[in-house]
Amino acid sequence: MCAFEWPDFRASLTLRPLSPTPAPTDMASPKPLIRSESGKVRRATVVGGGLAGLMTVIKLCEAGVPVDLFSLVPVKRSHSVCAQGGINASVDTKGEGDSPQVHLEETVYGGDFLANQPPIKGMCDAAPSIVFMLDRMGVPFNRTPEGLLDFRRFGGTLFHRTAFAGATTGQQILYALDEQVRRWETADVEDDKGERVPGEKMVRKFEWWDFLALVLDDGGVCRGIVAQDLKTMAIRAFPGDAVCLATGGCSIVFGRSTNSIINTGTAASAVYQQGACYANGEFIQLHPTAIPGADKLRLISESVRGEGGRIWVPRDPKERRPGRDVPESARDYFLEEKYPGYGNLVPRDIASRELFTKAFHEKRGVYNAQSGKNENEVYLDVTHLPRDVLKKKLAGVLEIYEKFAGEDPFDNPMRVFPAVHYSMGGLWVDFERASTGSVIAGSPRNQATNIPGLYACGEADYQYHGANRLGANSLLSCLWAGMTTGPAIAAFRANMKSSAWDLPASIFDKAEKRATKDFQAILAMDGSENAYALHDELGEVMLVDCTIERNNATLDRVLAKIDEIDQRSRAIGVTDTATGKMNQGAQYVRHLRNMIVLARVIALGARARDESRGAHYKAEFPQRDDGRWLRTTLAFHSRADGAGPDGVRFVREVDYDLHGERVHATDSVDTSLVRPRPRKYETAGTASTAQATHAKP
Amino acid sequence: MSAPTKVKLRVKRQDGPGLSGYWQDFEVPWQPNMNVVSALMEIQKKPATASGQKVTPVVWECACLEEVCGSCTMIINGRVRQSCSAFVDQLAPNGEAIVLAPMTKFPVVRDLVVDRSRMFDDLKRVHAWVTLDGSHALGPGPRQSPESQEEAYPLSRCMTCGCCLEACPQINAASDFVGPAALNQVRLFNLHPSGKMHANERLDTVMGDGGVEGCGKAQNCVEVCPKEIPLVDSIAEVGRQTTKRMILGWLLK
Repeated sequence: MCAFEWPDFRASLTLRPLSPTPAPTDMASPKPLIRSESGKVRRATVVGGGLAGLMTVIKLCEAGVPVDLFSLVPVKRSHSVCAQGGINASVDTKGEGDSPQVHLEETVYGGDFLANQPPIKGMCDAAPSIVFMLDRMGVPFNRTPEGLLDFRRFGGTLFHRTAFAGATTGQQILYALDEQVRRWETADVEDDKGERVPGEKMVRKFEWWDFLALVLDDGGVCRGIVAQDLKTMAIRAFPGDAVCLATGGCSIVFGRSTNSIINTGTAASAVYQQGACYANGEFIQLHPTAIPGADKLRLISESVRGEGGRIWVPRDPKERRPGRDVPESARDYFLEEKYPGYGNLVPRDIASRELFTKAFHEKRGVYNAQSGKNENEVYLDVTHLPRDVLKKKLAGVLEIYEKFAGEDPFDNPMRVFPAVHYSMGGLWVDFERASTGSVIAGSPRNQATNIPGLYACGEADYQYHGANRLGANSLLSCLWAGMTTGPAIAAFRANMKSSAWDLPASIFDKAEKRATKDFQAILAMDGSENAYALHDELGEVMLVDCTIERNNATLDRVLAKIDEIDQRSRAIGVTDTATGKMNQGAQYVRHLRNMIVLARVIALGARARDESRGAHYKAEFPQRDDGRWLRTTLAFHSRADGAGPDGVRFVREVDYDLHGERVHATDSVDTSLVRPRPRKYETAGTASTAQATHAKP
Repeated sequence: MSAPTKVKLRVKRQDGPGLSGYWQDFEVPWQPNMNVVSALMEIQKKPATASGQKVTPVVWECACLEEVCGSCTMIINGRVRQSCSAFVDQLAPNGEAIVLAPMTKFPVVRDLVVDRSRMFDDLKRVHAWVTLDGSHALGPGPRQSPESQEEAYPLSRCMTCGCCLEACPQINAASDFVGPAALNQVRLFNLHPSGKMHANERLDTVMGDGGVEGCGKAQNCVEVCPKEIPLVDSIAEVGRQTTKRMILGWLLK
């Protein structure tokens, strides 16, 4: 089985610190861990109810820590619900010789060696048990004839490594975790003597609450959050003995994307502006296959290619026949030709660039007789595959195509194009390396940001995917990071000198007042700019000039445009001044401002990185440059003095405090497990040292 | 026929919980493949009625825009459905006004936003979960045949959107009927190899007032379910299970 060592569950139940972190000096008599000295139930705070947040909640509850869970939307509607294709775990059901070691190697290689390797080892080793856990929770994974979990192929590997529940795997996993958290919502809190605390449940859920800010004490330690109830717009500060931000990605910075429109990155941006370090922001994944659309670019899962879907364009750029009538000989299967080993399943950064080159640069996208031009579209074809297999394995995603493109994908090749999909970058988080090469289970350093008491996990963190994420690794990284964050917070909390629940109310009042003042200021904005229209402008410039191909001169223009939008955002006229009830117009102004801040982090990170690596590509610097750039981009917010725009301060080192101990980290990448080498997907099997024994190419 | 240039919307608005509603007309620029969500987004950019009166933008809920999160459910031209998958050209082929109203079976928060908390509370009531020993590594789950996966999977796609409750005549102020969505979850978890170990617990929650007996067999639920979940079958199956439990329970007394 797998070599990964799970956090000692019994130890966490007795709430002893699990890590070798030195015990604090004031622990002569054990402090009560459930009730604070003033008698309140000491809760930890989790913000975000997608996969990572819910998994963190479950782990905290299992460790005996009561939780307050905040979510922008009812948790069942979080963006994890959109994940389609599956979740990776090297169970090797097909007898191909797959293993967690191969999974590690291929993830690192796919990420162009920018990711720290110990956390990836931890994740890949644990993956089989994670998928088994989900199976036990009732996720309806597809099955083999023997009743085992079925696995399919995904990008960047030759192995069948992806477990799946039809083509709505994210939805199914989200629901399973939601159900488990709901169970914890009904569980009573027991105090330090094991007695039930009347009226207190293990999980209190705050849905339709928008994260505004951290509550920081005078020492800069995170002591809770300020949030806004979106039904009444009431602003309230909540104490929390450690806070976990699991608030997802920021693709809406790019306007249209495959993401839910709630993914503005507002919470990550807010804590960045309060001093959290943001890492590798410039690494934004484009998914090669999405349906072009006016409101959203809907994803067509990589699993479609995993099940045999093929990408092609007509050989004749002026081909007028509908896709299904174009004979085999007149089709150009350009990915299969250039990458005979991985074929249609080359990693997303490579596939996206090939599609873009074909359609945009070579003007060989699908010809549209009406417009008289070649559109930015290529064919993704499943018409040659058996209908019953498609129905069992891909129904959810093919339904989306049928519904939103208005064409039957069983009969007609689908028309797709790359779209912004995922942020590899995110809040910087630490890890503590074990001698095994993995991470030390239960260390309070794992998933810790540089703000003491603030943790981050899921797409909101930067840790697991380097410069390019492999398909079906995102669900896995969310779950694994949540499983790591729960015990890390439990350990952190056990060593706290004082609980947030015992602090003077003035700390929280102050934070609440500041946030209320900020909101009042938004309500009073009566300028001429419209926040939604400004977002359209921001999205347009980011999407066109800061995604698939980047260029320094263009990025300078992007940055000037961001500054301009920033300036104009100060002259917004708020469209709704309602108080005491839901006010989306005012809330949106805040999200837009926070998006502008992240846009600058992304664009400046891209401007600075003069190389090409994974998803970040500059034609002027087409090679990866390990000598100069095998390092993490570390960004800090730098507030403007005066009226000018805010800036970004890039650093090479991060220091933070852990219960009085100084922890030091740098931008160097831990490549101790897989030595960096050039990426070449042209030949089969280059991504790892293992050779798939039976895998069909 | 030339492409239309405008989309007309007639929206039922309500300024807050418990207040009375009123109607407003809007006109937004037409775009190809436009859905109701995009039309509402246009109002956000220029919040004014068709007659030019400046108003607050229409408030509604949406997230995924691909009919998988359930957020954007509302009543469109008299039928409850998701607004992301409601296309303007199909709803109004001749430029008719598209009528939008909030669902009526849930309290209105503002305009088209309703509070569906009761559905999540109902999931608590019926114990819609597998009673897990813990999330630590306990090895693979029970084996299941592909057929049992194919039975469970469609039931598991419920997005708690509320269409079935909206369409059900038994859901009203005078009734405490739990509704099709939660009953379907009882069936789902009673199918699962470990979930079924606690089947009776779940059945007990729907045997009394407001339980499965509340179904009036109107079969509207299955008509409106966007995920085509066999809700009528689920209610019938849970009904069979509760009857069996009732008889056995009585025999064992």
